Amino acid sequence: MALKIVKGSIDRMFDKNLQDLVRGIRNHKEDEAKYISTCIDEIKQELKQDNIAVKANAVCKLTYLQMLGYDVSWAAFNIVEVMSSSKFTYKRIGYLAASQCFHESTDVIMLTTNQIRKDLSSPNQYDTGVALTGLSCFVTPDLARDLANDIMTLMSHTKPYIRKKAVLIMYKVFLKYPESLRPAFPRLKEKLEDPDPGVQSAAVNVICELARRNPKNYLSLAPLFFKLMTSSTNNWVLIKIIKLFGALTPLEPRLGKKLIEPLTNLIHSTSAMSLLYECVNTVIAVLISLSSGMPNHSASIQLCVQKLRILIEDSDQNLKYLGLLAMSKILKTHPKSVQSHKDLILQCLDDKDESIRLRALDLLYGMVSKKNLMEIVKKLMLHVDKAEGTTYRDELLTKIIDICSQSNYQYITNFEWYISILVELTRLEGTRHGHLIASQMLDVAIRVKAIRVFAVAQMATLLDNAHLLTGNMQRNGICEVLYAAAWICGEFSEHLENPMQTLEAMLRPKVATLPGHIQAVYVQNAAKLFATVLKNQEGNTDSTTAQETSQLMIERLPLFVQSANLEVQERASCILQLVKYIQKLQQKDIEVAEEVSALFAGELNPVAPKAQKKVPVPEGLDLDAWINEPPSESESEDEQPKAIFSKEEPKHSRPRHTEVDEKELARRREARKQEQANNPFYIKASPSSQKVYQETAGVEHIPVVQIDLSVPLKVPGLPMSDQYVKLEEERRQKERAEKKKKEKKKRKEKRSGRGKKHDSGPESEEDITPAHMVDIVTEEMPENALPSDDDDKDPNDPHKALDIDLDNLVEAAGRRPLADSEKLPVRSHRAAEVVKSPTEDGEMESVASQEPKKKNSKEKKEKKKDKDRERKKSKDEKKKKKHKHEEKEEDLLRGQADEPVVQSEETSEVVAPPTSTSAEVSDLDFWLSTAPVPSNTQEAATVAAEAAPVPEAASGTAPASEPDEPKDTEMEETKSSKHKKKKQKKEKEEKEKKKKKKHHHHHHHSDGGGEESVQNGTVEEEEPLPPMSNYCLLAENSYIKMMMEDADQVCDIQGNLQDGSQVVVSVIFENKCDSFLKSMEFNVLDSLNCKLQRPEGSGPHDGLTVPFQLPPGVSNEARFVFTVQSIVMPQKLKGTLTFIVKNEDSSTHEKLDFKLHFTCTSYLITTPCYSDAFAKLLESGDLNGSSVRLEGINMPFHHLLARICFHHHFSVVERIDSCASMYSRSIQGHHVCLLVKTSGQTVSIDAKCDEPTLLGNVLDEIKQTFSQC
Amino acid sequence: MIKAILIFNNHGKPRLSKFYEHYSEDTEQQIIRETFHLVSKRDENVCNFLEGGMLIGGSDYKLIYRHYATLYFVFCVDSSESELGILDLIQVFVETLDKCFENVCELDLIFHVDKVHNILAEMVMGGMVLETNMNEIIMQVDAQNKMEKSEIKTRHILSCIPQYKIQYHSHHSCHYYGDLTVPLFQCTSRIRDH
Repeated sequence: MALKIVKGSIDRMFDKNLQDLVRGIRNHKEDEAKYISTCIDEIKQELKQDNIAVKANAVCKLTYLQMLGYDVSWAAFNIVEVMSSSKFTYKRIGYLAASQCFHESTDVIMLTTNQIRKDLSSPNQYDTGVALTGLSCFVTPDLARDLANDIMTLMSHTKPYIRKKAVLIMYKVFLKYPESLRPAFPRLKEKLEDPDPGVQSAAVNVICELARRNPKNYLSLAPLFFKLMTSSTNNWVLIKIIKLFGALTPLEPRLGKKLIEPLTNLIHSTSAMSLLYECVNTVIAVLISLSSGMPNHSASIQLCVQKLRILIEDSDQNLKYLGLLAMSKILKTHPKSVQSHKDLILQCLDDKDESIRLRALDLLYGMVSKKNLMEIVKKLMLHVDKAEGTTYRDELLTKIIDICSQSNYQYITNFEWYISILVELTRLEGTRHGHLIASQMLDVAIRVKAIRVFAVAQMATLLDNAHLLTGNMQRNGICEVLYAAAWICGEFSEHLENPMQTLEAMLRPKVATLPGHIQAVYVQNAAKLFATVLKNQEGNTDSTTAQETSQLMIERLPLFVQSANLEVQERASCILQLVKYIQKLQQKDIEVAEEVSALFAGELNPVAPKAQKKVPVPEGLDLDAWINEPPSESESEDEQPKAIFSKEEPKHSRPRHTEVDEKELARRREARKQEQANNPFYIKASPSSQKVYQETAGVEHIPVVQIDLSVPLKVPGLPMSDQYVKLEEERRQKERAEKKKKEKKKRKEKRSGRGKKHDSGPESEEDITPAHMVDIVTEEMPENALPSDDDDKDPNDPHKALDIDLDNLVEAAGRRPLADSEKLPVRSHRAAEVVKSPTEDGEMESVASQEPKKKNSKEKKEKKKDKDRERKKSKDEKKKKKHKHEEKEEDLLRGQADEPVVQSEETSEVVAPPTSTSAEVSDLDFWLSTAPVPSNTQEAATVAAEAAPVPEAASGTAPASEPDEPKDTEMEETKSSKHKKKKQKKEKEEKEKKKKKKHHHHHHHSDGGGEESVQNGTVEEEEPLPPMSNYCLLAENSYIKMMMEDADQVCDIQGNLQDGSQVVVSVIFENKCDSFLKSMEFNVLDSLNCKLQRPEGSGPHDGLTVPFQLPPGVSNEARFVFTVQSIVMPQKLKGTLTFIVKNEDSSTHEKLDFKLHFTCTSYLITTPCYSDAFAKLLESGDLNGSSVRLEGINMPFHHLLARICFHHHFSVVERIDSCASMYSRSIQGHHVCLLVKTSGQTVSIDAKCDEPTLLGNVLDEIKQTFSQC
Repeated sequence: MIKAILIFNNHGKPRLSKFYEHYSEDTEQQIIRETFHLVSKRDENVCNFLEGGMLIGGSDYKLIYRHYATLYFVFCVDSSESELGILDLIQVFVETLDKCFENVCELDLIFHVDKVHNILAEMVMGGMVLETNMNEIIMQVDAQNKMEKSEIKTRHILSCIPQYKIQYHSHHSCHYYGDLTVPLFQCTSRIRDH
């Protein structure tokens, strides 16, 4: 043993350390790889030793080798060993190695959890620091989940060194484990005001990073950031905040207005360029968001542009670059202010720095006009010639094309010029963008009819000189142009001067060296040319030319028949046989031209690139539906016989809509034609689309300018676009002169009237008329194209998961606990989350009932102030938030059973912070509505002013809506049409009713069911409604009673996006005996269609523990989530509740069976619908009708409506006398529309729905509701 | 966010590579090579920003680099970072190295890449800027080195290496930050003296 130790230490003396390794590698320059492989062998030996110092040394060397590109993942376990050394030196080496080579799929990472936790809680701050640093590089979702709580604790560590690291790493934790964001956020926010600047900076950093991805969730922090911005002197923090504001302003223009002044001050006062630059950037963002063009902001734009000019003129290339970058942002909204600096930008084009030239190019894009386009492009063409690197030249090329083709060739006045530019560009060597030029040529030739003659002539020349383009294999990219040239010559061959010559050019043997797809186009278009030649020769008595052409084809085509490219081969052999046949006919002197050209008849119109995407999916076609049922994952789960399964899933597709579609289509087509007739840019199709190349009337009277083709145009070796610049200049001058003449005339005429002086100033945009009238054919879109121009969002973006609403959480951080389900997992008590002792429950309630009451009056007052504004907003928001947080609220609500109304309102609005001592103003709207605060002192004043109303409100009298018991009678009398109040009342009544029944009142009424039942309806309240309840008896025995609310559902947003939908069932458990009930377990036998959601990891037959116990006489409510696949049929599920009855002396196991009944109405969600949308829905005609008649109803009509609303989740759309329309939507998006009419005791309900089975069931259920009363 | 920090010499030999996102070793080497090709082609007096987004990240990313004598310091950052701020951060990094190594040169980095990593870890963590105050960084680095020394007294090898000093160009000093920025990017007069 002793010997071993001695041997170990002797070995160590000869061990290489990192420095030796590096030196060794440097000394073995020739056989580095070999040397390193022997080193790795040594390292492997070292890692086998027990001595941690040796191991650490080895790992240290491995880290170095990793940097050189050697895979060291095989040593992952040894790295973990070194990480867990008790010595800091080795630990640090281990963590460094881990941070360099661990990643999510490193499997030993899961072994590190406990070690990292130990290090995080180490008394030595550097152990903790090293662990945090390492973790920040290799954190995985598992690590994030397991350690989130530990890290959160560290955020409040006494040492700022740890705090700042813990704060910073939280961002990584959020990314990997998004669930931690909500619980951790209050503390993170707290750190924004940490006394240590480093911690503060870290918190700003994290929140900025979060907010950048999902800015809307962080708007409410704007006041706090504003305060930081005006108080901080740390430029790093300032820059981050200012950048953040740049991201927030587009969402809230009022914020922008508030920012302008302090930012302007900063711009004037700061000497730090980085800060100045970011300020300018954010001011630009603000101006963009306010782009409505408020006149008093022109000063700000001027200031920005002026500052940027200073940057661009600076000798420092970095500033120049950034100045141009920012300038391009202004350009989008305020092009005029940038255009005045054109000189400067053109100057930058000559800069020696490529990055700067590229930036300047970007700017040029927005600076062109009809007037200067030719001039700018000419300049760019010069650069193209001069450019040395291909990347820059390619960039120039794309920019030229971008500039010219932007907004539908808006700035091009002379397309001949443009075509010649494109032809010139084809001479570029080694460009990758041949296809770009080609597509431009095609686009222009197709869409600008007037240019075809010219284009065809140019293309024919190109084809003739194809050898120039293809001569060098290096210039491969450019031969794409030939694709366009061949196609244009073929398609518009009637314009060709000498089709025979072009045909010959296209069939040269050299063509066979071109890429296959181009050859294919050559062959196909040779056939078109052939047809044209025949047609031209038709009248001719001498048929030799036609026969020669056929002969030429027959001679040359076999070359292509032999092609290795299938496409070429197939086309060539087809055409060859065709030509042979034609030749036969020709020899018999039969006229064939007509038939041959019929082969290629028809006009080709451009189609918009998005057209395919915009084709509406026909009704009834579900693209995601399986054509065949997928094989079930595990057969063992199929407990029910197949017959039931097929019954539960009726077929969705029906051929019913064909007739409707036909009509609708016809109507739309008509409308479209009308629209096209009125569209000056749309060239109407020739009456029969089968007719060939018939000149449309529109083209005939387009005055085509005579081109002198003897000008060098035909010589492709020479630049020719310059000619056009000159020509254009002359033309414009002539035009101007003519105009002047005309004006003079006019003036002369006018002079007799009055002697007003007319000064023809500089030529303006509008004065320039295009060289010839050009029709740009708009791209075609499919009929019924959907207007949505939606998402290109990346579904894999990890930041998507962090789109979590934080508002209500932030505001209530002090007083509202997070839902149990949201608490971060703590190592030891994971099981304890669910089970809560009754004493705890009681405590929670008492605390909760005291706390919110105090605040209640404050909030009410605040609310009243913003009532109008808020009401509008809350309507929209409530819906969203309710769904999102319903489950979370469940637990919160339990503690606040007395104030359901307050609760529901709170979720939908931003309320004042709990403590009025805090100067922080969180009511964003309120904050934004105050005047801008330029300086600190002023801000303090406003803050004080803003804080003032709060205490005032606190002392104020309780508003009428205070939901205290005594007020109830008062409430009963007030006749109000406000729905909120109505709803409140409903609840109260229900509560009262229940109170009578029960001693204790532990449950609350959830706000899911009838909340917005009459959202936008116009129901007048004539008399108080009778009490209604959705709770029905589920099962009962001598021990326990279960009440189920049959109609409380939540459409989980996420669930809905995928296939399943969620239904939440609330069950009230009431203890009817004198014993204590505990260990309640709720279990349901899942059907294929309907499954109880169980926590992860539990089997499909495990029960769910009810999260409370019941003392005698007590009742409580629990919610269970089910996933339902098909919702068109009602469902019944069998279930059992097992529980332990505990007496003083004994405890017995009991069980209770029940049947859960999911009605179809429980799948409906109350959804408000406006009457116009409703009308549209009915008009659309894709709903199926059905009706039902109810006899002997003797209740007031509004009661009837309220009942339908309450029990069946409809909302009233419109009500006229004894007739009302109602609407609801299923969780899977089916629309259900009702028309309810009453006369006497008869009520008739006409209903429409896109799912007839669902509708039938819903109507049955409505009928049943009314037969019961 | 900072996606990667690379240091390589005029011949493209990596001296330090820190990726804040996982890539395979081969990809890492390729990124280093391509970044070197992009950066080394540029003249001394052109701007220090490069939109070479193809390598890592895409169009949102920029390469921001500085060239000191024989070494290139390259930061790959996204649009949430201030360009000029990162330039100054590089400066702080180099100044910190200079203080920790006492007249830093390429050889210091070659033989003590682990120490460079430790210094960097006090500045940037997980791709986010942790600390920009040089004194604070040096204090923490020193404290940790002291701990290390107390743990291991035996092995402490001082390598005697010929010193090729990194030349600081005068225009690389922190002139983007004015007087307002007291705690950040302080330029020490010592560096200017070089």
